[in-house]
Amino acid sequence: MALAATAQATDTAAWTRKDLLGLRELTAEEIRLILHTAESFRGISLRPIKKVPALRGQTVVNLFFEPSTRTRTSFELAAKRLSADIVNLAVQSSSLSKGETVLDTVRNLEALKVDILVVRHAAAGVPHLIAARSRAAVINAGDGAHEHPTQALLDLFTIQEKQGRMEGLRVAIVGDIAHSRVARSNIWGLTKLGAQVTVCGPPTLMPARVEELGVRVTYDLNEAVRDADVLMLLRIQHERQESRLVPGLREYRLRYGVTRERLRAAKPELLIMHPGPVNRGVELDSEVADGPHSVILDQVTNGLAVRMAVLYLVAGGGKAEDADA
Amino acid sequence: MSSLLLKGGRVVDPANGRDGVFDVLIKHGLIARVEPAISPNGAEVVDASGKLVTPGLVDLHTHLREPGREDKETIQTGLRAAVRGGYTTICAMPNTDPAMDSPGVVEFVQQAAGRAGLAAVKPIGAITVGRQGKDLTEFGELFEAGCVGLSDDGHPVADALLMRRALEYARVFGRPLIQHAEDPVLAAGGVMHEGLVATTLGLRGMPAESESVMVARDLALAALTGGWLHVAHVSCGQSVQLIREAKRRGVRVTCEVTPHHLALTDEAVGTFNTHAKVNPPLRPEQDRRALIEGLCDGTIDCIATDHAPHTAWEKDAEFDSAPFGISGLETALSVCVAMLVIPQTLTWPQLIEKMSRAPAALIGAEAGTLNIGAPADLLLIDPDARWTVEPEQFASKGRHTPFAGRQLPARVARVWCRGTEVTGR
Repeated sequence: MALAATAQATDTAAWTRKDLLGLRELTAEEIRLILHTAESFRGISLRPIKKVPALRGQTVVNLFFEPSTRTRTSFELAAKRLSADIVNLAVQSSSLSKGETVLDTVRNLEALKVDILVVRHAAAGVPHLIAARSRAAVINAGDGAHEHPTQALLDLFTIQEKQGRMEGLRVAIVGDIAHSRVARSNIWGLTKLGAQVTVCGPPTLMPARVEELGVRVTYDLNEAVRDADVLMLLRIQHERQESRLVPGLREYRLRYGVTRERLRAAKPELLIMHPGPVNRGVELDSEVADGPHSVILDQVTNGLAVRMAVLYLVAGGGKAEDADA
Repeated sequence: MSSLLLKGGRVVDPANGRDGVFDVLIKHGLIARVEPAISPNGAEVVDASGKLVTPGLVDLHTHLREPGREDKETIQTGLRAAVRGGYTTICAMPNTDPAMDSPGVVEFVQQAAGRAGLAAVKPIGAITVGRQGKDLTEFGELFEAGCVGLSDDGHPVADALLMRRALEYARVFGRPLIQHAEDPVLAAGGVMHEGLVATTLGLRGMPAESESVMVARDLALAALTGGWLHVAHVSCGQSVQLIREAKRRGVRVTCEVTPHHLALTDEAVGTFNTHAKVNPPLRPEQDRRALIEGLCDGTIDCIATDHAPHTAWEKDAEFDSAPFGISGLETALSVCVAMLVIPQTLTWPQLIEKMSRAPAALIGAEAGTLNIGAPADLLLIDPDARWTVEPEQFASKGRHTPFAGRQLPARVARVWCRGTEVTGR
């Protein structure tokens, strides 16, 4: 399908970064390079033997300070399909409460000579902290409310795949923007690639001065749905009710839940996306999540290709001399 | 003690309205004479030409950490940092462990400070027992032990009734209650200013209102009770405006501002720089400008460092977990010269006033002047020096500063505490 736009832009781009910490600091060319690389990796998962030797001999550590199933599994399979050795390390807060700092953990891993650290942490900035002190390449797998770059990249990949373009596309991100790393990474990625982004949710879930990130803000879901080519839902956390940011989940659903009725005014080619796991019946009704507009499972599939691409590039596969790999 | 003659320096002594070339004679640890030309008569002569001769600086807000967190700072290292930065008198904040909430702890700090023989230490006692915000400490005992003010700094006194009673009761003693103005509920666990930088980094923000709401409440209570409120480290324009209006109405309120709030904005956090994590947080540019304006028009009485040392490993952590605070004693003067004197916002005498005489007056200390007969706490400042901030060279154990690597103007060349030279100690 129409990935021509990404392909032509990659002729001159090369991956020169040690780490992937966020989309904010990437250029549009670097983002296109990752998407283009992912395109070439996608076929691997469709073969009977789903493995290439690209990362043979490299050691990847899934360093997860916060529980995760989807992202961790996706990175694990991506690394395995590239023939890397991968270790899953779930560091519970208990070992940190014993006085060991994040950097202590990283220094120990460094001593074991690992090549790539895939880092997830509940606090914003931890991948940056680690990247600055570690020889290993660091991939941010989600840090607090800051960034989740591979999620946004797989979203971009899916949008490009389904809509065939990015420039001028109207994307509405709906829900808890304030606490969402997915929203932030997508805002950077989408705006860099020329999409028009609207964020939609109650004012209590909007971060300060969000419009200065180059997005339009609306509190009205119907308005957001009407114009959208893509509707990206975010998971609403139950804690938000406890911290008095929304009066209740019922009220939230009535105002901001995406139901089939709400989609009557939508464009026929509208894409419904969600980073998962879905709160069925809260931000998204089941019949919409499983309905014709939904590309939620395509997102998961594409996540694998995107993470293979990112692992490949930070491992040194994107140097100028083999940029056409 | 032999006598000492500082010859040919530009004497900047705002308390005596003096700014010109004078000789200063020190005898028996006291200022003996300040005159256009004094002959040595056997005194040791220091050539002060091209330099400023000023009173030693006075800091209302220093965290010495001892007792309790000697890994962060000791009284000895904190006072060495003080004299390096030109401070000859500092107020020790009570958030030690145990808290400075009883005469015993106050006496311990004073004795340790006396042994150090560097800057003089004026203790600030806690307002509530254990800084728990529940029961008032024995104000009378604390003042008698030498405290010059009371504060639960680090925490606000959040309970409005307790604050009312504290302000009322403190009237007996004529000393200030120093409030760390923050509504903890409204601050909601924020780690930096709530604004575009926090939004971009995904960090929890605290709005300027979490300070100004508390300032407004406290000003109302100060007006109600007639008690003396001193607002610590004012950080935003709203607070400045509230205090300005309250002063106009005759409310008994004073306040201070830190060099870092005068110099930096929330942009200094950059990409999760924990060395710029401080409470109250660095605010946007319009707040920074309002603080400078408030300092110039007298709304803000003085400059205080809020020197808050921590260990390197504590600061070398995720932004959310790193403790708040900047190691400030050794850069304060130069930062203020860079931000205020070089742009000609303040003159040298005005700056020295805000850093010595004005804070000394608030705590009733015989400091911050070159009065004849006053203790010879004085500085020789090289106004033309340029130096680069190298935190690893600090005397303080706290090496965390957002000014690291910055080139700054003016440097303290020599320091005397009560007539004894303590330069480089």
